[in-house]
Amino acid sequence: MTDTRSRRRFVLDAAAGTAAVATIGAPAISKAQSDVIRIGHLTPRTGFLGPLGEYAVQAVDLAVDEINAAGGVLGRRIEALKEDSVNPQTASTKAERMIERDRVACIVGEISSASCLTIAQVAQRTRNLFINTGGNSDALRGSNCNRYMFHVESQNSMYVKTVGRALLAQNMVKGKRWYSLTADYAFGHDLLKVAKRFMEQNGGQFAADELVPTDFSDFSTMLTKIRSARPDMVVSNLAGVQITNFLKQYAEFGLTFPVAGFGFDTAVAWGAGSGNFFGTWPLVWHHLIDTPGSKRFVQAFTARYRRPPENQAWGDYVAMKILAQSMNEIRSTEAVKLIEHWEREPKFDVLKTREGYFRKYDHQMMHEMYAVEALKPNEIKNQWDIYKPSAPTPGANEPLDAIGSTPEENTCTMSA
Amino acid sequence: MTASLILQQVLNGLLDGVYYLLIALGLSLIFSLGGIVNLAHGAFFAMGAYLTIVLTPHVGFGGAFVGSPVAVALFGMLIERFLFRRFYRSDPILSLLLTFGLAMVAEQTLRMVFGAAPLPYSIPQALRGQIFIGDFVYSRYRGILLLVAVACIAGIWLLLNRTAFGRVVRAGVQNPDMVAALGISLQPYMSAVAALGIGLAGLAGVLLAPIYSVHPAMGQEIITPAFVVVVIGGLGSFRGVVAAAILVGLVKGLIVAAGYAQMSTAAIYLLMLLVLLFRPRGLFGERIQRFE
Repeated sequence: MTDTRSRRRFVLDAAAGTAAVATIGAPAISKAQSDVIRIGHLTPRTGFLGPLGEYAVQAVDLAVDEINAAGGVLGRRIEALKEDSVNPQTASTKAERMIERDRVACIVGEISSASCLTIAQVAQRTRNLFINTGGNSDALRGSNCNRYMFHVESQNSMYVKTVGRALLAQNMVKGKRWYSLTADYAFGHDLLKVAKRFMEQNGGQFAADELVPTDFSDFSTMLTKIRSARPDMVVSNLAGVQITNFLKQYAEFGLTFPVAGFGFDTAVAWGAGSGNFFGTWPLVWHHLIDTPGSKRFVQAFTARYRRPPENQAWGDYVAMKILAQSMNEIRSTEAVKLIEHWEREPKFDVLKTREGYFRKYDHQMMHEMYAVEALKPNEIKNQWDIYKPSAPTPGANEPLDAIGSTPEENTCTMSA
Repeated sequence: MTASLILQQVLNGLLDGVYYLLIALGLSLIFSLGGIVNLAHGAFFAMGAYLTIVLTPHVGFGGAFVGSPVAVALFGMLIERFLFRRFYRSDPILSLLLTFGLAMVAEQTLRMVFGAAPLPYSIPQALRGQIFIGDFVYSRYRGILLLVAVACIAGIWLLLNRTAFGRVVRAGVQNPDMVAALGISLQPYMSAVAALGIGLAGLAGVLLAPIYSVHPAMGQEIITPAFVVVVIGGLGSFRGVVAAAILVGLVKGLIVAAGYAQMSTAAIYLLMLLVLLFRPRGLFGERIQRFE
């Protein structure tokens, strides 16, 4: 009864073990036939990012069914092997197993930047493809970039520049003092760095920046400190359900400083409750986008799961679609051929106004982003439409990479 | 730091400690009497929160406040009757495995029934607002929460220390064989203690649903600090658990206040380590013969 730490370890290991056993039992693996193209899908399905992982998994199921209904890939059906990535160590082990034992053509998924890194290392070592659909950290596209990793999810720089433009328009940057709360892991550290660079370039400063452990759930102490610091704006670099806790408690303590965030997922605001959502936030995609592709996706997802898709669903859905489309176009499932294809920067329908492409330099998808502004409680008509989106960023007359990091900001040297 | 800021941080720390206490007291009671390390305790907390969301549209927050902990307590009695009871006399590792499995089943069941996304829930309109006294500001809801929790804890103390029921429970903790020799069957007491302890976790779920994110893993998040509290306080000691919960809350609160939030989780483990180095039985841990 004395060693709680090791019990917890034991608990986690056992959890991972159980998950592994559960998968071994799955019937999908037993039919190792060549008429099927397997795609490995890894994403956190438990823990503080679990709520987002659920959207990812649902989107993959939808995409796989649509791809197969349209004739599959190279005349073969595709099949997704889906597992909970749990943490960076487990993610790496599972990626290895999917590649070496299950012979997947590609690994898709992830939300945690820390797990993205370990999966990317496996991908590089085994010369397999990894499409990151949810890890934001710039380092993955910079110091840790590698030839075998592509990013459908936007990088932190794109998020910061998108919200940054909205905040500049609101006059909340120059000469202003921000108080930031940052998730204490790879994603948060990276985001804070990018946010600080943005503030420096635009003449603002930080009143304080606090690192918050990912299992931190009570913000009362922090809120008391924010109140006495009287910042011009409170900035969230938090992640997952932690944002829900923050929003609920910020409303509870009645703080009135404007709020903005540099990382966001709609699910955490949907899960906060009435009167608990406010501020300006960035999104890589949202369910109100008025394009035919986007509407079709929202309709199919809502019909199947009785709730609209959120941004994480978009990432995994679009990644699967791009993968299938590309394999069909180049008539190959080989990683090297796909890399060569994508490095020629072909355009893809990413359900937005403009088509997107993987930038050759760092393999980051260049596409439109959005800043959303929370509606006031009396403007909200239903539980899903809780914000007013901006026009796409960058604007129609700008190149798509206007919001991406520059090589000076984030240097990527691809190792072969 | 001004006096009012320090006072607020102390209050925040106290309240944080009270959440842990509601969970840790039940853990401690169930372990002391039955020798069961209840890893599923966090799941009962989550169940309390989810039930609140289910019940509120029908009976309001007030109804859920009563109904949800009672329902969780009744469920706890069933778990005691059909599962815990088989493990009272066996190696604690077996009950550990049992409750660990139970926790996973419960969490996954919540995920399957309600989805993994957090469910929206807000503070009832009547309880919203803040208390202002000069520079001092506090959430009204938390003030009420603190009062409710303190009342519950006082009630349990009275029950254990001032009633015939409590005398048997305390005797059962120390020496179950002697209690049996006196012709008293401990079984109904075990049921009652399980219901009480698990009901408390359910109560914590109701109280925290309006201010915390309600998601399937919420139980897992609270169980580890609650165990730390039990270990620091010492097994079998009511006042130990109370003192430890407040201590953990205060240490965490003050570390955050000092600007080291990133170390707040590590700090409570360090605190546990220090306590165990100097007092291996915990702050007020009693010598329980059958666990020596």
